[in-house]
Amino acid sequence: MVQEQGRQTLSIQFDTPEQQTESYIVGMWTFLVTEIMFFGAVFAIYLVYRVANHDVFYLAHLKLDIPLGFFNTLVLLTSSLTMALTVHFAQRGDARKQLLFLLVTMALACTFLVVKGFEYHHKYVEGLIPGPNFRFEPVEHLRVAQLFFSLYFAMTGLHALHVAIGVLVMAIMAVLIAIRHPSVQDFVPVEMVGLYWHFVDIVWIFLFPLLYLIPR
Amino acid sequence: MSMTITQPREMEVGGRNYLNADNTVLSWLLTTDHKRIAILYLVSITFFFFIGGLLAALIRLELLTPQGDLMTSENYNRVFTMHGVVMIFFFLIPSIPAVLGNFLVPLMIGARDLAFPRLNLASWYIYMIGGFIGLWAMVTGGVDTGWTFYPPYSSTFSTSHVTLTLVALFITGFSSIATGINFIVTIHKMRAPGLTWFRLPLFIWAHYATSVIIVLGTPVVAITLLLVAVERVFKLGIFDPALGGDPILFQHLFWFYSHPAVYIMILPAMGVISELISCFSRKRVFGYHFVAFSSVAIAVVGFLVWGHHMFTTIQSVYAGMVFSLLSFLVAVPSAVKVFNWTATMYKGHIELRAPMLYAMGFIGLFVIGGLTGVFLASLATDVHLQDTYFVVAHFHYIMVGGAIFGYLGGLHFWWPKMTGRMYPEGIAKLAALIIFAGFNLTFFPQFVLGYLGMPRRYHWYPEEWQFLHVMSTSGVVLLALGYAIPLFYLLWSLRNGAIAGPNPWGATGLEWQTASPPITHNFEQTPVVTEEPYAYDNHHVQEETAIGAGTRQTDA
Repeated sequence: MVQEQGRQTLSIQFDTPEQQTESYIVGMWTFLVTEIMFFGAVFAIYLVYRVANHDVFYLAHLKLDIPLGFFNTLVLLTSSLTMALTVHFAQRGDARKQLLFLLVTMALACTFLVVKGFEYHHKYVEGLIPGPNFRFEPVEHLRVAQLFFSLYFAMTGLHALHVAIGVLVMAIMAVLIAIRHPSVQDFVPVEMVGLYWHFVDIVWIFLFPLLYLIPR
Repeated sequence: MSMTITQPREMEVGGRNYLNADNTVLSWLLTTDHKRIAILYLVSITFFFFIGGLLAALIRLELLTPQGDLMTSENYNRVFTMHGVVMIFFFLIPSIPAVLGNFLVPLMIGARDLAFPRLNLASWYIYMIGGFIGLWAMVTGGVDTGWTFYPPYSSTFSTSHVTLTLVALFITGFSSIATGINFIVTIHKMRAPGLTWFRLPLFIWAHYATSVIIVLGTPVVAITLLLVAVERVFKLGIFDPALGGDPILFQHLFWFYSHPAVYIMILPAMGVISELISCFSRKRVFGYHFVAFSSVAIAVVGFLVWGHHMFTTIQSVYAGMVFSLLSFLVAVPSAVKVFNWTATMYKGHIELRAPMLYAMGFIGLFVIGGLTGVFLASLATDVHLQDTYFVVAHFHYIMVGGAIFGYLGGLHFWWPKMTGRMYPEGIAKLAALIIFAGFNLTFFPQFVLGYLGMPRRYHWYPEEWQFLHVMSTSGVVLLALGYAIPLFYLLWSLRNGAIAGPNPWGATGLEWQTASPPITHNFEQTPVVTEEPYAYDNHHVQEETAIGAGTRQTDA
């Protein structure tokens, strides 16, 4: 199967389709390492402040909507399953099912973003957007609570940006698969998008307990 | 590895090479050939080097007298900040990897290109976008925070173009990351048949270690600088103490990248030096494995020493002790390299060509720069020397005496491969000597100034220090002359230099087995490697180095 697909897409710098496939996969993993360091820095900042200001962070995190966060966790975990199925059917060469599960994954990703948008809107209504209009009771904790929400928006915003980029990339993939473009004849592009998507999912699996589930 | 060639390769014969393969401007701007992208980078970083050099000249001119008579304190702050930003982010970090590395990594490992040629081209565009946003910020008012961007000054108080500069650096970071990923994948997956890890040239080992640092460090500084920009624009309180943040946390994250960034600049230069010393001593590199692993050791330990920039902050004294000890530890792999280069030269047939002059200059200057680094890593000494000209002299010995000497040595050594022409040897040696003399005259007095207590980033000073400052400034005149000369003779050599031939130095290494300049896809046939690198003693390389004097057999 690989040989048949490789014939169409082997780039000049590679000797064999295997070498090309392995290079793309290693490249994607290396890119994900940079992403881990990218998020790792923000996680480190958050953890330092959370340890230093545990009590106020606890009070501030009570303003977060745990049911919505939990729902979003379920949505993203399910989307990882459908993405795994997309890759599975890509490897099997079943273009129809591949496209179907890719679209389901996209729909779940959009659901996540919509729910996140509602959460942000609630925060706006409650005056929890950092800045001059930030309100928090009791007032003596306002400064540190604002720090918590600064980090909350920075971290979930960065994650949501990654989800949005994922939706965009999946949309392009879906079009390419639908028109049977030669560049998506083999499973490697889908596998790479899949790796990225699982990474985005894993980031959320860390974000959710870190932000929403602070123990007393 | 199988040798199956699944697609017919383009064969260019009869003087066709990567330079004359296509002559349109578009063919250069849309090229995916790693060699052409290296040339694009060469032109771009040279541009930024001369901007950074001009700013350095302004600094030294101002320091000629004890009063601030050329510019105001505000403008002086801008000039030294922009000198640092341009030289570090737009010249030194991309210098050897993006120019020599881009050109040589595929050639040295017997590949037709990097693993991701389009990503490689994208990295140049990203670099140029970042570079021009940075330039724009400078032209429209500049930035005055120091290249370190410490908050809360950078996030709250500075009225200069901090946000725009931070955005420029954030963008430029991604060009480094793209290059790093490309090198890692290429070195892992694209080596020629028979080219095992311990047959790799040390240049490749150095670039591998550098790429690992780039991939692990750059994202951290990128997000940190972005958060400062966000804090500045949206008044969030992430690092500003008035808004609940901790400015020391910024320093931790900044130096987590920016100390390893020093190794991003010096490790590739060390890789260059290993090649030069071996070639011009006609000997194997002494203790190849140790030199190879010392690069990896520097990359690993280099990530654990950032706290030595913060000995005079509230950082715990116990943390300081650990950081101090770990910083001493970096001296071990560095010394391994220096001793092994020296041992390589011992009883070698040393040829004092221009690249070798740079290499020997590198060793001497790096020893001074490295050992003064050990002084600064000592807790008690650092309290006295922190933020003085001693620090300035120390890191210029590493970055100019180390990285730029390595870069210039490598540029001369591989110039015949890149252009097919020899540079003029006599004047090149003269330029190397002028740069060496000018460099020492500029920076050695700064060690003394720093020891006497002259703080960095000030342009007023007591009159008794003027003599040393005048020495330093007069060194800059020599240094400027030394940098200008190669610009002219290298351009001159493009048309008038002697034809180099494939292997003018009689060097080992796959890059010398193909034509100069190489064809677009580097090799007529994929080379097969059958022996160790630097096998100079296996073969009696003659004075005239004929084609095929290369020491590896080609599977023809």
